[in-house]
Amino acid sequence: MAPSFDHLPDPEEDDYDEDEELDFSDLRERFEVQLEQGLDAFVVIDGLPEVTEETKPKLIKFLKRKLDAAGKIREESIHMPLGEDGKSERFAFVEYTTPAQAVAACKQLDGVPLDKKHILRVNKLTDIERFGREGRIDEHYTAPHVEEFQEKEHLRSWLSDPSGRGRDQFVMYKDDRVQVFWNNEKDNPESIVDRQHWTESFVQWSPQGTFLTSMHQQGVQLWGGPSWTRQKRFAHPFVNLVDFSPGEKYLTTWSNRPIVIPEEGHPALSVDDDGKNYVIWDIETGKPLRSFANIELPSNSNDENGQPVKRKIVWPAFKWSADDQYVARLTQGASISVYELPRMGLLDKTSIKIEGVMDFDWAPAVPHREGVKTYEQLFCFWTPELGSNPAKVGLMSIPSKEIVRTLNLFSVTDAKLHWQSNADYLCVKVDRHSKSKKSLATSLEIFRVKEKGVPVEVVDSIKDTVINFAWEPKGDRFVIITTAEVVAPSAVPPKTSVAFYCPEKVKGAGVGNFRHIRTYDKKNSNAIYWSPKGRFVIVATVHSQQSFDMEFFDMDFEGEKPESDKDLTANLQLMNTADHYGVTDIDWDPTGRFVATSASIWKHAMENGYHLYDFKGEQLREEPVEKFKQWLWRPRPPTLLTKEEQKTIRKNLREYSKVFEQEDADRGASADLAVVEHRRRLLMEWLAWREQMEEEVREERIELGLPLDPIEGLLKKSEQPEGDEEVIEIEELVEEVIEESEEIVS
Amino acid sequence: MRPTLLQGHERALTQIKYNRDGDIIFSTAKDQHICAWFAHNGERLGTYHGHQGALWTVDVDPTSTIIASGAADNTVRLWDIRSGKCLKVWDFNTAVKRVEFNEDGTQLLAVTEKRMGFLGTIVVLDINLDVEAEQSDEKAMTITCEDAKATVAGWSYMSKYIIAGHEDGTISQYDAKTGEQLDNTQVHEVDTVITDLQWSSDRTYFITAGKDKTAKLVNARDLEVMKTYVADTPLNSASITPKKDFVILGGGQAAMDVTTTSTRQGKFEARFYHKIFEEEIGRVRGHFGPLNTVAVDPTGKGYASGGEDGYVRVHQFDKAYFDFTYEVERQAKAQGQM
Repeated sequence: MAPSFDHLPDPEEDDYDEDEELDFSDLRERFEVQLEQGLDAFVVIDGLPEVTEETKPKLIKFLKRKLDAAGKIREESIHMPLGEDGKSERFAFVEYTTPAQAVAACKQLDGVPLDKKHILRVNKLTDIERFGREGRIDEHYTAPHVEEFQEKEHLRSWLSDPSGRGRDQFVMYKDDRVQVFWNNEKDNPESIVDRQHWTESFVQWSPQGTFLTSMHQQGVQLWGGPSWTRQKRFAHPFVNLVDFSPGEKYLTTWSNRPIVIPEEGHPALSVDDDGKNYVIWDIETGKPLRSFANIELPSNSNDENGQPVKRKIVWPAFKWSADDQYVARLTQGASISVYELPRMGLLDKTSIKIEGVMDFDWAPAVPHREGVKTYEQLFCFWTPELGSNPAKVGLMSIPSKEIVRTLNLFSVTDAKLHWQSNADYLCVKVDRHSKSKKSLATSLEIFRVKEKGVPVEVVDSIKDTVINFAWEPKGDRFVIITTAEVVAPSAVPPKTSVAFYCPEKVKGAGVGNFRHIRTYDKKNSNAIYWSPKGRFVIVATVHSQQSFDMEFFDMDFEGEKPESDKDLTANLQLMNTADHYGVTDIDWDPTGRFVATSASIWKHAMENGYHLYDFKGEQLREEPVEKFKQWLWRPRPPTLLTKEEQKTIRKNLREYSKVFEQEDADRGASADLAVVEHRRRLLMEWLAWREQMEEEVREERIELGLPLDPIEGLLKKSEQPEGDEEVIEIEELVEEVIEESEEIVS
Repeated sequence: MRPTLLQGHERALTQIKYNRDGDIIFSTAKDQHICAWFAHNGERLGTYHGHQGALWTVDVDPTSTIIASGAADNTVRLWDIRSGKCLKVWDFNTAVKRVEFNEDGTQLLAVTEKRMGFLGTIVVLDINLDVEAEQSDEKAMTITCEDAKATVAGWSYMSKYIIAGHEDGTISQYDAKTGEQLDNTQVHEVDTVITDLQWSSDRTYFITAGKDKTAKLVNARDLEVMKTYVADTPLNSASITPKKDFVILGGGQAAMDVTTTSTRQGKFEARFYHKIFEEEIGRVRGHFGPLNTVAVDPTGKGYASGGEDGYVRVHQFDKAYFDFTYEVERQAKAQGQM
């Protein structure tokens, strides 16, 4: 049985008792058949102001206008009984023409303010009967039961590896099983938890590794702690995608189906969420903060039937600022809406209008700008050429909404925004067309965010189009992949070149101009994967049918540096190449020590499985896995050590590595010993079994009077009659070296 | 190991058998004749013509006098090895997928296909090993497989049991005298075909190959699975080597299941595993189609593999093969335990 969202069986405890008498009363109550009562078209309105006989028609008239929103009613169908004192009882009965209108009235008008003091409460008459019936409501107030405090599991316990080796965890999703392992380098990974049907579509870690997310038809669940219990549940029906805020405070869920709130309500969402696609949740409380509908963009192309082609959704549509304070969404061509957390109200109650805006992106860290004391969040955006106005790239500071820098650009076809992970740099990759619009070229506009006035440096020595760009995490070097051909979906991958860039050496502090280091031509590479700690980078060909090569580069090679590179802050060296047939995904572990490459059945069904490499490109493991789907390293939260502590560790690295190497060697030796011992046992068992078996068969043969060797006798029998002459054929094979000469190839 | 390539068949190989002395190899393929070859140099000794359909199986009696063959023309035939004469034809309702002589060559079993409303059966025939003698028309015994058809079968030590592997991944043990089913156990994954069953030299245990990508070493007496060899491709054949404690597995992704056909994709290699430690120790490449059958020289000097590509590759083991031992094996030998 596939576990349902509400009752996922806890694998640790299974104390369900079949024999127990089941109490169905709650279910019966919930699913009690509602018989047609003839009163379904009636609603009850509460919260009205008190009126007298004279003022009553005025109120009714006023009310009618409000109520018409759900369906036309006549004035006579509003019944407002008056009490004995001639004053109204602050409620009214209203009859709609159809029950559907009554339902609509409850959905639309409940909670609508009538004026400053009065808020309408609209309920169906039958609901009042059903829930307010005598006996349903206790006469006496009983204080709600407050659950006793229970110690929660430590959600970050995984950071202390029980073996004391600081290993990393990863999750593997194959077939319908989700397993979490400790990475054991060359040895079999150690399984931590293994569950069938844990998720229905995919799994995802939260950005700091605290939670494992599973996707279900009924919503999203978060799991964590040492016993992998369910931590939170976000009931977004038919959810497709999920996105966390960087600080794991909030969560966005999205479904392509608009939410439909059933009449009897939804455990988490309210009628306000009806028809919405996005929900933003508070992870701590598990409550929804606000929901949004998709923005339907006018399509710019039509399919063969003349129907507009639906645009692909942009994910994530809601982008988070680095400090979890803001979330923003783009309305392409018009504006950016910035919402403040946790109230989810629009910043200054209005969207930021930017005409023509195509894309935007938050700085991934709080930028520290020279001469600016208040650390504000920053985002960048770009707008295309509009009429005679040039295309623009802008940086805006939030919440002040101050434009920090703009840059005008001409002949722009497309632009892509690439932040460096510390928000020190922003690279805008600009695809420019020539005047005839026939050929494309790319230039890189690099904003030095940290420096005063945000100077922009242009790298425009690139002749071809850049198809991929990646900053070194926490560093100031980058890799690009360029191609001369137009990237068309063809079987033959385009020939590409891989180019490396780094800043020049300058005297004193500061970063010099970006300079080209080297270009590798005639490649098929299309993807760049930097180690999360920087320095090492893999350039690979993924999702290809013909080539699957990976090249491991070191940017700070410790060997000799070529003379031509002496002014550069990098010493580039190709360390290793590897080949993984059908590779679709490459994932660095969060410490930058290991790389997992995998071939997922989501992309193709050939040789699914994974390879594990160390950062040098040395292959450690290779395992084919049937129906392999996903491999994800568990991310780690930022370190708690201060800069000084990290420095001391780095200084004493030699001491530590001595200890670790010794530990590794010891462990290896004991493992070898165990293997040998195991083999010895197997061998002894086998030999013992053989001896016993042979003995038993022999006894059995003797008992039955059969010859010990059944064939020996047969052969003699068949040979006897013709044993008169013996022909011995001897064939000799002689190998002779005829000539041997040595050639020296210079 | 430099193999001898036997090019005599025009279609995919179905089975290879060595005679007891290991000097002659018999091979059958989907073309309609049986070939006999000298094992040491690959020279063809002769062919046996007569079958009207794809040949599925061949076996040679322990005295190397007669061979039996089964084919898609619904017949089992006996042949005189020396003259190539067909000695006897038995007709069946459906194709014959496997034949095997018992340990003294007095009886032959034949596994028939389930088709055209006929259930799969295992038939036992009495054999007279004399080339001149008349062979009996009677079927000594018939075992009908009601549930899942048998795909392979063989005789245990002392012709005590008939062991059959089925299309649903189970193995049955029958009393070879009465035909009564004594046991049936799920050895391979449910509903995966067992593709081969070969005996140890004393027929007390056997190895099965399965489409579930594993081979299992099974005790003939109680059908206990003693060892499991895990491969990364569906297996078509498995064989136990005498002298050395190895097993050889052959298989490969069938062409119809492979989208890009390259030799590395299909994994068309013979794999050597250590019989006792279940560890892979080596692979032999060469075929450019799946390996349909592997057979080991009963004297332990070499092995032959037959592929979908229509070739038989005969390998003579080299010194490295015989020298290869695990530390624990060397120690055990030194202590006289082996």
